[in-house]
Amino acid sequence: MLEIENLHAAVDGRAILNGLTLAVAPGEVHAVMGPNGSGKSTLSYVLSGRDGYEVTAGRVRFRGEDLLALDPEERAAAGLFLAFQYPVEIPGVTNMTFLKHAVNGLKVQRGEEELDAMQFLKLVRQKAKALGMSDDMLKRAVNVGFSGGEKKRNEILQMAVLEPAFAVLDETDSGLDIDALKIVADGVNALRGPERSMLVITHYQRLLDYIVPDRVHVLAGGRIAQSGGKELATRLESEGYAAFVEKAAA
Amino acid sequence: MAATAQTVAQVRDLGKYKHGWETEIEMETAPKGLNEDIVRFISARKDEPDWMLDWRLKAYRHWLTMTEPTWAMVDYPAIDFQDIYYYAAPKNTEGPKSLDEVDPELLRTYEKLGIPLKEQEVLAGVQGAPKVAVDAVFDSVSVATTFKKELESHGVIFCSISEALQNHPELVRKYLGTVVPYTDNFYATLNSAVFSDGSFVYIPPGVHCPMELSTYFRINAKDTGQFERTLIVAEEGSYVSYLEGCTAPMRDENQLHAAVVELVALKDAEIKYSTVQNWYPGDETGKGGIYNFVTKRGACRGDDSKIRWTQVETGSAITWKYPSCILQGDNSVGEFYSVAIANNAQQADTGTKMIHLGRNTRSRIISKGISAGRARNTYRGLVRMGPKALNGRNFTQCDSLLIGDRCGAHTVPYIESRNRTAKVEHEATTSRIGEDQLFYCRQRGIGEEDAVALIVNGFCKEVLQELPMEFAVEAQKLVGISLEGSVG
Ligand SMILES: Nc1ncnc2c1ncn2[C@@H]1O[C@H](COP(=O)(O)OP(=O)(O)OP(=O)(O)O)[C@@H](O)[C@H]1O
Ligand SMILES: [Mg+2]
Repeated sequence: MLEIENLHAAVDGRAILNGLTLAVAPGEVHAVMGPNGSGKSTLSYVLSGRDGYEVTAGRVRFRGEDLLALDPEERAAAGLFLAFQYPVEIPGVTNMTFLKHAVNGLKVQRGEEELDAMQFLKLVRQKAKALGMSDDMLKRAVNVGFSGGEKKRNEILQMAVLEPAFAVLDETDSGLDIDALKIVADGVNALRGPERSMLVITHYQRLLDYIVPDRVHVLAGGRIAQSGGKELATRLESEGYAAFVEKAAA
Repeated sequence: MAATAQTVAQVRDLGKYKHGWETEIEMETAPKGLNEDIVRFISARKDEPDWMLDWRLKAYRHWLTMTEPTWAMVDYPAIDFQDIYYYAAPKNTEGPKSLDEVDPELLRTYEKLGIPLKEQEVLAGVQGAPKVAVDAVFDSVSVATTFKKELESHGVIFCSISEALQNHPELVRKYLGTVVPYTDNFYATLNSAVFSDGSFVYIPPGVHCPMELSTYFRINAKDTGQFERTLIVAEEGSYVSYLEGCTAPMRDENQLHAAVVELVALKDAEIKYSTVQNWYPGDETGKGGIYNFVTKRGACRGDDSKIRWTQVETGSAITWKYPSCILQGDNSVGEFYSVAIANNAQQADTGTKMIHLGRNTRSRIISKGISAGRARNTYRGLVRMGPKALNGRNFTQCDSLLIGDRCGAHTVPYIESRNRTAKVEHEATTSRIGEDQLFYCRQRGIGEEDAVALIVNGFCKEVLQELPMEFAVEAQKLVGISLEGSVG
């Protein structure tokens, strides 16, 4: 589904990713862990095409297409979704309105028929309910005045409504209380399927108890320093990243 | 620019400004230029009472002694006031007619603009849809007013000002020029001399006007100035909501629009005046477009009266406009909600004046300025607390949003307080449209232009939600359309 090959990327002229290679097959969930500042969010922005994140070498194929050649909205239409580490506030625009523009923006790009107001309302209400989100939340401006945990839950609501083929979750577990973590994990698991893949960025092995990954990678020194099964996450939790950071620096 | 590139640009612009077409209709015009004979011609054409002609002539003579104001932050080449037609009317419109008699070509014009002039079409619409009565002004004259009969049954007078001068001269004479005197300012004085038409509204005591009233202005003829005059009088305890919309064809020359609007609210009366201004803004290089030099002022004459101005200004090459409130009555309230968008080479200098004279008077100013391209957008506002305006209160919030790095936004607040019990609060912010917000939208599948429209509409929400429902939707779309091409 997603093949990243020898990816080099820079921000403000500073190299952050240095030859990252990673492949995620359809239906798989991969976890990416790594120290603060190692480039995990950078990877998510490079994949989603944010301005200022310059790819200096390497390639990324997504469902057979050259992902890096697409605009951000085209990547979204191709099925890529990013749950932001720091979700953005949009004053004056309700969650409902925002979601409607997103749903129909994707449909238009895909040449599908747009949802009418009734169909849309039904869809959103149903997804919101599954995530324990109130109608009141849907009427509020996007992320404005939301608590940290509410923002994260809102990201998952958007993912549930947009049903992407590939989701990158950037520290979606940070700031969630135990109950919210379970709800979010349920939401994510509900989306798992043979045709859907995910890249879950996290600092905590706790999340991986709920969302069980097929592979775990350690990002250090701008590349994948180590890959393994779920047990790698457990090892990291007890040993820390020191060994990988040293290895990457060497 | 090479000829082909120019053609491409023009075709693209055509898509952008969707009201840029022209109606082919036979016109009657007065000769170009301005002198006493032209003033007399206009007055005679309308068969006006002598006092009206005298007033016009006084205004004209006073105008000759005045010079154009230069304090606004706008630049434009000198206007040749002798190179303008001051009167242009579709032939065969001897005053207002019943709808069946209106030239079908004109009806089609308004249909194309989405303005329903056929009452049955409005009635046949969605059940429960609010009714809107329309006065349509085409160049210099009013061509039709709808729902007159129904309004009359409530005692409401809604007609063109020419018609009001025939049928209700005493009312017009009593109020005309009492809020904006003919000596007021260069453009208002010019308007007083040559105004050709506009709307007149009178709401009798205690009447809540049963429908929205609206005037739709269309400049069609070339080299023509439009000088309309609107007068709205709300008697004691009455209420009216009035809407004004405007468009013009695209032309390479600039066209002058110098209107005057006067509102009078007596005791306990409330007037809501909403404008969606979409005059042709000129092309991307700044060629053509309307010069919109307008004087709008409302007097809260009675105690507990209220006037609210809501404006969405997206069009015009230059906007010079300060809808104001004179708060004479005790406890009277003035409000100003404004969205001003300037894109490409547009220049807007707009704001309000709140003049507090009575006790416990309150005013509220919410201004949202959006600048894109190379545009210049200035908020200019005056809040004056007079010596007798005990406990006067004002709250002002001015927010500016910049799109791109070649545009400019300025905030020029003037505050004058002559008594210690008055309080004036002013808040101002300037921000750039967030790269993070745009990216967030795009990541969700929302295209860049749609994202800009969405974010800007959110930024303006406080103002847009003050518009009557049926106009709010139009205004939201207009916000998007007027910012097309502002990013990327
Ligand atoms: N816009 C920017 N300008 C300059 N440096 C940047 C910018 N964005 C990221 N960086 C730098 O790139 C490095 C990687 O940042 P990134 O946000 O990808 O780390 P991360 O792995 O997601 O960290 P965390 O675990 O704290 O979220 C950091 O050193 C950061 O300071
Ligand atoms: Mg991060």
